[in-house]
Amino acid sequence: MTDLSKIRNFSIVAHIDHGKSTLADRLIQFCGGLTEREMTEQVLDNMEIEKERGITIKAQTVRLEYKAKDGETYILNLMDTPGHVDFAYEVSRSLAACEGALLVVDASQGVEAQTLANVYLAMDGDLDLVPVLNKIDLPAADPDRIRQQIEDVIGIEADGALEVSAKSGIGIEETLDAIVEQLPSPDGERDSELKAMLVDSWYDQYLGVVILVRVVDGVLQKGQKIRMMSTGATHEIDRVGIFTPKHETVKELGPGEMGFITASIKSVSDCQVGDTITLDRKPATEALPGFKPSVPVVFCGLFPVDASDFETLRESLGKLALNDASFHFEMESSAALGFGFRCGFLGLLHLEIIQERLNREFDLDLISTAPSVVYKIHMNDGSLLELHNPADYPDVVKIDSIEEPWIKATIMVPDEYLGPVLTLCTERRGEQLDLTYVGGRAMVVYKLPLNEVVFDFYDRLKSITSGYASFDYEMVGYESGDLVKVQIMINGDPVDALSMLVHRSQAEFRGRAICARLKDLVPRQLFKVAIQAAIGGKIIARETLSAMRKDVTAKCYGGDVSRKRKLLEKQKEGKKRMRQFGKVDIPQSAFLEALKMGDN
Amino acid sequence: MSDLPEIALYVHWPFCQSKCPYCDFNSHVRDQVEQDQWRQALVRELDHAVQEAGPRQLKSIFFGGGTPSLMPPETVAAIIERAKSSWQITDDLEITLEANPTSVDVGRFHGYRDAGVNRLSLGVQSLQPDVLEFLGRLHNVDQARQAIELASDLFDRYSFDLIYARPNQTIQAWREELNDALALAGDHLSLYQLTIEQGTAFYTKHRLGEFKMPDEELAAEFYEVTQEMMEASGRPSYEISNHAKPGQESRHNLVYWRYQDYAGIGPGAHGRLKIKGQKSAVLRHRLPEKWLGAVQSYGHATREVISVDLQEQFQEALLMGLRLREGVPVSRLKEIGDFLQQDRLDILCEEGLVIQSDDKILATEEGRQRLNAVLDYLLN
Ligand SMILES: Nc1nc2c(ncn2[C@@H]2O[C@H](COP(=O)(O)OP(=O)(O)O)[C@@H](O)[C@H]2O)c(=O)[nH]1
Ligand SMILES: C[S@@+](CC[C@H](N)C(=O)[O-])C[C@H]1O[C@@H](n2cnc3c(N)ncnc32)[C@H](O)[C@@H]1O
Ligand code: SF4
Ligand SMILES: [Mg+2]
Repeated sequence: MTDLSKIRNFSIVAHIDHGKSTLADRLIQFCGGLTEREMTEQVLDNMEIEKERGITIKAQTVRLEYKAKDGETYILNLMDTPGHVDFAYEVSRSLAACEGALLVVDASQGVEAQTLANVYLAMDGDLDLVPVLNKIDLPAADPDRIRQQIEDVIGIEADGALEVSAKSGIGIEETLDAIVEQLPSPDGERDSELKAMLVDSWYDQYLGVVILVRVVDGVLQKGQKIRMMSTGATHEIDRVGIFTPKHETVKELGPGEMGFITASIKSVSDCQVGDTITLDRKPATEALPGFKPSVPVVFCGLFPVDASDFETLRESLGKLALNDASFHFEMESSAALGFGFRCGFLGLLHLEIIQERLNREFDLDLISTAPSVVYKIHMNDGSLLELHNPADYPDVVKIDSIEEPWIKATIMVPDEYLGPVLTLCTERRGEQLDLTYVGGRAMVVYKLPLNEVVFDFYDRLKSITSGYASFDYEMVGYESGDLVKVQIMINGDPVDALSMLVHRSQAEFRGRAICARLKDLVPRQLFKVAIQAAIGGKIIARETLSAMRKDVTAKCYGGDVSRKRKLLEKQKEGKKRMRQFGKVDIPQSAFLEALKMGDN
Repeated sequence: MSDLPEIALYVHWPFCQSKCPYCDFNSHVRDQVEQDQWRQALVRELDHAVQEAGPRQLKSIFFGGGTPSLMPPETVAAIIERAKSSWQITDDLEITLEANPTSVDVGRFHGYRDAGVNRLSLGVQSLQPDVLEFLGRLHNVDQARQAIELASDLFDRYSFDLIYARPNQTIQAWREELNDALALAGDHLSLYQLTIEQGTAFYTKHRLGEFKMPDEELAAEFYEVTQEMMEASGRPSYEISNHAKPGQESRHNLVYWRYQDYAGIGPGAHGRLKIKGQKSAVLRHRLPEKWLGAVQSYGHATREVISVDLQEQFQEALLMGLRLREGVPVSRLKEIGDFLQQDRLDILCEEGLVIQSDDKILATEEGRQRLNAVLDYLLN
């Protein structure tokens, strides 16, 4: 086993694109974890989408060996963490396995919203931070200004912040030395009962279910019968290993060490992240401080464009869930869109990523309904209903009150865009909590209802600030609100896929917007089509799509009836992509477009 | 009066002097046509059609194209003669020939009359010089007028075709053009809205944005103005695009729309007729050379004969019949079978698109203008 004083468990926290992955690669390369040839860019981001979007989705870990200035060889366990707060929960559980972190800040951009969010998570986990100014090779780099900003905004000592260029390999050795010298070594007792933290788990094609662990006390070895403290389930370990980043079998993992085990576990759902693993024969009496399970905060329906893809969609979702414990789904049916699934996500980015993976990895064309949040509905009979889908909204007369989730949003934006940002937040029912200036940038903190944010808030923010704003949020809890269900009706039939729960003050505006949009999207029909938005029985917006005026073939010549038949067949074929509402057939694509609300 | 079932005969002549940019009919330009061979082949295929159809009373013969006015009158005469001798003929046998108004064509009008043609249908298309050019026509306005005049002198009945709802055409300009046309018109006019068909020069040009077609609103207005003016002139529409004084309808075309039996000969000709008691769709080879070779080898150039089942007959009877102002007799539909989706029909009636009475189902003015959608709703 490794002497505890020679171990450093650390992670890297940064705002997206500040260079976390690049720096991780350099550190691995420097320590010889991979040969030049094996070094593909950004080895830690191993999902295709992560590579393309440059964001880290799943936490990964690598064991590095580093011979420090003192001549001793140190084991450095690097945890890569997701940069985006949608994955705040994954970030905090990864951080819990570490004693310290590198705080990477782009030396030209400075502190951004996610820098702060991640710093606060690290602080919550009692981690020591080493500030790193990255990208000093850039002409626009201004390390002194950024040092000052870190001190002002984050409030940590930054005089000694390292100057690094991950890209050109400047300051890498200094960074490794700082990890050894400035970060604490882990504590732990080899002879105590086994306590290992289940940091993550995923399904690997070759190894089956893999569990990422951080041993706190005791030792993990092959052949041991382990017990999951939350469920009492037991399994026999068939392999103990580390990532270098290639996986490599080792004899054991001792206190302070990180690595993986496999134990013929059938499904990832048997592995609760944050659980404590102990020995069945000699269990620990107390579990490690637990994690809150990951709770989906944003929901949407996913439907196959082609109904015959339903089974494929089910399988694909199952495969994704196998690798992503925070992704939830259950079957749902909709009159407008057919059969599909209600899916829960950690946030909007998570939603987008899952959608993209479905498109890409499984080649599925999907329709997704407008994202909605989870409402808590207090019923008159005292019961509490958690509403994931506006279509399940109960009878109003049975409702006592409704609570909706609120977030604390931190937005950093160049001063010249501040005005529109404040207007946007106000429009979205925001309450300003703070407004400060940080080196030429304004930092505003707002309390906002999450349902206003899932409705195209990102897109609006991006467009009104030409992409210069950075945004981050955390959940702050539920508060009761005057929420109403707005139903969209076509010729009097409700279109469940388009119904939404909104604040009363926004209902009319939203209802009108969606009706107007549908009017443009739905092709004219043989019959007049009434498109209405209603709250209960009360119509709050109405558009009338007038009937088509003319649709007839002018010439019918030479007795060619077959040609007429062909037209009839073609029309019939077209109907397969339509949904019937009473007398009218509406193309599915119209709903799809209406759901993309976006720019109105 | 005889009890033999009636039949109409369609004869397709597939050649034209040049291909018009809007036309997707089975028409071909050839330097030379072996007239003797073609005459003999058409007559041979007619013999075959007579075999297929069995004993009949012949109501009508229609020479269509292509440009039938490029046919030597002897060919027309040979076919008429053979048809008359193969089938019984009715007293009021209608024999129509489609003619283009170029001087060459007009030169043959006497010959056609002598061959027995008693109705002429002229492809005038427009009475405006620039439009005739745009439509790629080989005749000019004067020639069109002269052709109409001669037709009115030589034939019992005549009609001509115009294409309207064209790019850049205004409602007012069309009113004027139609008024000019009415001054020349006999008892029948065919007025077609320009349709952009795949496989034509116009299709490509339109896609490339070289011209713009009237939108739905404007097209509707064109249609309504036309209905109104033709009604006022005493030649109401009896079919979507066909207008006539009562009693002067094209009997041949009525056979199609009433879904009665007709045989077709010549390249690409369609027939719908009872063969040994079974309603069948007959189609001949489209390519002139292939057609000719097949007839010379086998006596006919049939590409396919398909039985039309009862449900299809029901659909076809409505597809064709609702184009007519008179509608479709309920008895005719009942004869075929009970395929009517009454609930759908009720809704169409409620919406004022269709009228159902004891003996008829018919599309209203409103319904005819949206007939494709009405049929889709009723039959799909
Ligand atoms: N000029 C420069 N670019 C860098 C440096 N480090 C990273 N980058 C670039 O910044 C972008 C984001 O880097 P990445 O490591 O993916 O950031 P992450 O989102 O924090 O993981 C990439 O295009 C990198 O090539 C650096 O030191 N200098
Ligand atoms: C068989 S076609 C042509 C007969 C003859 N060859 C001629 O051109 O006059 C019968 C009529 O259909 C009409 N027609 C043909 N193509 C058309 C199109 N694309 N749109 C509208 N009408 C068309 C023309 O009025 C034409 O006279
Ligand atoms: S419109 Fe008439 S003349 Fe012109 S190509 Fe077609 S069939 Fe021939
Ligand atoms: Mg990254």
